[in-house]
Amino acid sequence: MGDEAVGNEAVADEKDGRAVRGERPVIERRLHPVTPFRRAWAPLAVLAGWAVHDPDRAQRQLTRLTTTTLLTGAAVLLCAAALYGFLSWWFTRFAVTDTELRIRTGLVFRRTAHIRLERIQAIDVTRPLLARIAGVAKLRLDVIGTDEKDELAFLGEEEARALRAELLARAAGFAPESAHEVGEAPARELVRVPARMIVVSLLLSGATWGSLLAAAVVPPLLWSVTHNPWTVLGTAVPLLGGAVTSSAGRFVASYDWTVSESPDGLRIDRGLLDRSHETVPPGRVQTVRFVEPLLWRRRDWVRVELDVAGSSDSVLLPVAPREVAESVVARVLPGTAVPPQTSLARPPRRARWCLPVWWRGHGIAVTGTVFATRHGLLCRRLALVPHAKVQSVRLTQGPWERARGVADVHVDTGANRTVTARLRDAEEAARLLRAQAERSRTGRRTARPDRWMT
Amino acid sequence: MDERPAGGDGKRADGDEPVWIPLPRGLLRLRRLLLVVWLGLLTLAAGLLPGLLIGPVWSAFALLPLALMVWGWVLLERNWRSWRYAERADDLLISRGVLWREETVVPYGRMQLVEVTSGPVERRFGLATVQLHTAAAATDATIPGLDPAEAERLRDRLTELGEARSAGL
Repeated sequence: MGDEAVGNEAVADEKDGRAVRGERPVIERRLHPVTPFRRAWAPLAVLAGWAVHDPDRAQRQLTRLTTTTLLTGAAVLLCAAALYGFLSWWFTRFAVTDTELRIRTGLVFRRTAHIRLERIQAIDVTRPLLARIAGVAKLRLDVIGTDEKDELAFLGEEEARALRAELLARAAGFAPESAHEVGEAPARELVRVPARMIVVSLLLSGATWGSLLAAAVVPPLLWSVTHNPWTVLGTAVPLLGGAVTSSAGRFVASYDWTVSESPDGLRIDRGLLDRSHETVPPGRVQTVRFVEPLLWRRRDWVRVELDVAGSSDSVLLPVAPREVAESVVARVLPGTAVPPQTSLARPPRRARWCLPVWWRGHGIAVTGTVFATRHGLLCRRLALVPHAKVQSVRLTQGPWERARGVADVHVDTGANRTVTARLRDAEEAARLLRAQAERSRTGRRTARPDRWMT
Repeated sequence: MDERPAGGDGKRADGDEPVWIPLPRGLLRLRRLLLVVWLGLLTLAAGLLPGLLIGPVWSAFALLPLALMVWGWVLLERNWRSWRYAERADDLLISRGVLWREETVVPYGRMQLVEVTSGPVERRFGLATVQLHTAAAATDATIPGLDPAEAERLRDRLTELGEARSAGL
């Protein structure tokens, strides 16, 4: 009886408390009013796609039409596009609650995405060139278990920044009442990649020259063989496009690349025309990779890539001297020293029968905090996995490997990437398997909580 | 043949040495039955069709699937023997494969989901499959052909241990 009364009181108290604290009702917001114009492209794109897909019929249809029908058609289409754009904007709403970001979309088929804030792996604010002119930005979220990024496009630039700050503050574990007042965490610049270095690194990469060479050689060759302008155009345009994106495009994308550090995690700001601002909260990085192309080796430059659950292949630094890259990685994975090249153990010599020549490129080192493996002879790749991020460990051995007494050890991470130490001595591999399982289990104890400010 | 350790409690290793548990014989019986059924049909077809259409000598084609069947019969046993698992204090070990050996270690704290499945044929033979999922899709931790009671015990135990040691990403 008494218990019941206490229980009721507690419930009443909670209700009162809520009322007193003045829990904000969930406010649903709409995207920026510019958004319909972006959506209006969809029907036009469909039409253009049809015309490209079937040019002959498109032309015949066009010649049959008179000017008036053409004009009315265009008007109807424009109206339909505007209506579609407006309706889809009208029906897209989002709201931030205490625990999740809710995005409701869909005109005919309603879809509601509930994004749990503590599961957010990274937040990007991107501003494509046209959006920059219009003063709007796109907010994209990496969440575990989704293939595509969820995005809010478009928001006002200020609004996007404020929303990012609020989401990060809530994900960090600040009280809901204060979350929208915490504001942007102060950032401290770690590295800014000079434009000259980016140019030189592109000049020293094989992909740039390869695509340029292909674009310069293949179309004339085809012309001399076929003399068919359509075939030549059909190959030249994609090749030229590839050449441009792999040279100028990469320069434009990585121009003014800045990595800075803030309590909310790592900030990556980049881009000349399209600006992009990424934030990776602390403890989200699953693997770090150092890529060292052959031609960069004399200058001791490396590219650093990150893997975060929910997205793959994000670049931390497009090019940087090794010491700088290592110091940045030490901030990304606190307490981690990148094992030096000399400390990596090569496979035993007999492994050359399993993998001629290339066996020399493989290597492994295990430190107190990371499992590191290297592969590649010309373009060396060193992958680091913090022990706390290892999901499972596997040992595999094929018949040919068994004959040579070697085995592979695979380490699986949450970013759907597997780091493999190939061709280890069979005994050593078995020991490594057990020891790594043990390390991955205990490594978690020192890791920071998901809500990193709690 | 049906060498199963007595008692459920003795299965957990106290020390570092894992106590390996083999799979029940039912899985082998199931796989052999499937092998005989499919290759038996193929043998019949390979024997009858050329024999009737071209000439009796061509029925010798039937020897090919027959040889395959005998070979598969032996291979299946070797493969079945190679499958085993062990529950250690903090992780689950699964070892399998004859030519392509593979050993998987999954710490209990990393398990996101434990799944027990049993198809119609498996159910007929009283078998169930336990599959473990972690946040990494590459984790390939499946134990086929378990006794349903054992599968359920394993599922409950793994869930319980996973909850106790849960670590997330």
